[in-house]
Amino acid sequence: MISFIADIASALSVLIGTGFMLIAAIGIIRMPDFYIRMSTITKATSLGIGFILLGATIHLNSLEIILKAAAIITFIVITSPVSAYIIAKAAKKIHVPFWKNTDVDEYLESEEAPYNPRKKKES
Amino acid sequence: MSFFAISMYIAIWGLVIASWLILYRFIKGPTLPDRIQALDLMSANLIGIIITYATLNEETILIDAAIILSLIAFLGTMSFAYYLINKV
Repeated sequence: MISFIADIASALSVLIGTGFMLIAAIGIIRMPDFYIRMSTITKATSLGIGFILLGATIHLNSLEIILKAAAIITFIVITSPVSAYIIAKAAKKIHVPFWKNTDVDEYLESEEAPYNPRKKKES
Repeated sequence: MSFFAISMYIAIWGLVIASWLILYRFIKGPTLPDRIQALDLMSANLIGIIITYATLNEETILIDAAIILSLIAFLGTMSFAYYLINKV
């Protein structure tokens, strides 16, 4: 009976993680802009890997697996925002264009702005 | 086939379909940062597939491969980003 409940919890957790990964994969196709896609995939990836590892930990049920899963989760939670930040910075540096509806007031005040969409609309 | 094995097969197929959707963005992506982003997300999908397979067949040695893959994916993303920053 206990193992049946553990199986149900493990399968449910892995399926929730798969759902988050599918949401990330749909978001990387449907979202209109590079920066919005970056925001979508970073959160969904952390949650998806976390839930899948939680399911594996419940099913395999040993101390070794718990430590390795904790190592993977810690590493992904640390490195995923760092890599998202550095790719967004690189993309801004090589002038990847924004979406037309993005509110860019603070960005236009800085000196690195590549273009001004509002002036293009007025002229 | 038990309830648990069916759930694991559904999870593996969901992750494979997600990889196909990401491959569309990897091929189409207008700029190079889009492709780097798609590669990052696909490596995360691959980690998920490896962990799900290890859970299904109870091969615990494959968890080590997932650790190494997460390390390599982060290094690849960082090196591509530094290439983009220093190219201009």
